[in-house]
Amino acid sequence: MNKEAAKELMLKMADDALIYGHRLSEWTGIGPILEEDIAFSSISQDKVGHAWQLYQLLEQDFGMPDPDRLGFERKESEYKCSQLNELYTRDYAFALIRHFFMDHAEFIRYSLLRASSYESLAQLAKKVRGEIKYHVLHADTWVKKLGAATEESHSRMQAALNEAFPYALGLFEPGPFEQELIDSGVFIGEGQLQAEWLDEIRPIIEESGLQLTSNTEAITGGRSGNHSSDLAPLLEEMSEVICSEPGASW
Amino acid sequence: MLGAGRQLVKNPMDMTQESIEKIKEIWQALKGVEDPEIPVISIVDMGIVTDVTIDETGRVMVEMTPTFTGCPAIEVMKKGIEKKLSELGVKDYRVALNYKTTWTSNRITEEGRDKLEKFGLGRPASHEGEPGMEAIASARCPHCGSENTTLKSVFGSTLCRSIHICHDCRQSFERFKPV
Repeated sequence: MNKEAAKELMLKMADDALIYGHRLSEWTGIGPILEEDIAFSSISQDKVGHAWQLYQLLEQDFGMPDPDRLGFERKESEYKCSQLNELYTRDYAFALIRHFFMDHAEFIRYSLLRASSYESLAQLAKKVRGEIKYHVLHADTWVKKLGAATEESHSRMQAALNEAFPYALGLFEPGPFEQELIDSGVFIGEGQLQAEWLDEIRPIIEESGLQLTSNTEAITGGRSGNHSSDLAPLLEEMSEVICSEPGASW
Repeated sequence: MLGAGRQLVKNPMDMTQESIEKIKEIWQALKGVEDPEIPVISIVDMGIVTDVTIDETGRVMVEMTPTFTGCPAIEVMKKGIEKKLSELGVKDYRVALNYKTTWTSNRITEEGRDKLEKFGLGRPASHEGEPGMEAIASARCPHCGSENTTLKSVFGSTLCRSIHICHDCRQSFERFKPV
């Protein structure tokens, strides 16, 4: 197995989960209805759990720093999350659309990773996939409901989709070791993932009365550490406590 | 007790009678470690403990698999196991968390399911490897036993619970999710 390649893959997955998890947690206490408050909080907790597990594997198998340091003490340019996940949450429609795009991609990614030649990652993938299944179920329910509920809900969902779609395509930005990952059987590749993702989301979007914009160009950069202006304030907020007393024990 | 049985037949020739007895004793003691989020059920009934072994140096190894990756109770349970081992006089031990065995709700013992229901949590439906929508949505009310219920939300007060409503006793209830 090419270690650098596996490291790169896991780091971007962990960063996605951590940053997306933090964005989801912003609904805790202010969800539009109680069940949604609980749902977003629960999904957030799962995501941060996934990030923790991946960071732990990075520490254990590749000698990287411990999960707290990896999660909270790196420079902005060292984060490999996609820009989709770092964007500040515009409104509930945007939160749902991001959730829909992201969790479908995650579900397929972890499904494919069950066959990874990297045994620890394959074992974790089996577990994580079962949890994401519930996240997808939640996203689909609300996208279908609000896509076709009222004129206002429809137009807000469509506007959110139009804004988020180019960023969602950026989820599949290939990393520098794409070919090595494919050759060594660690991961089947971002191209295959994107193709399966599009096949999966298309019928649901149609059923919801929404439309995917055609000829959309992906907004990329996150995987190489080039981020939107929304990431820096988020990292600052996330690491505020840990930075107030570096090295403190909890 | 599935895990204990599996352990005992795995390598019976390699272990001394003393080790076999010790392992039995440890499994029994671990039945006294509770799941902190559902304090009526032990981590053994939950299927969280996957293996107990003793190596040739006498070191005890307890392996556990988490119910949910983000479960905040994992560390508490790990400490609970360590405390129990100390109480048994085991000095050299290691408690390891891994995903060699994937936890699913099918791992909860029948006794455990009864305890969940008594506690007020609907029992998870058994499934063939992956719960379908039917298994996720249909639940038996733990208050009155009615099957005439509706899924209200797949997320509840902890990661492992969903929220349902019973149309017969007209109460809402939480149910342990089938995963």
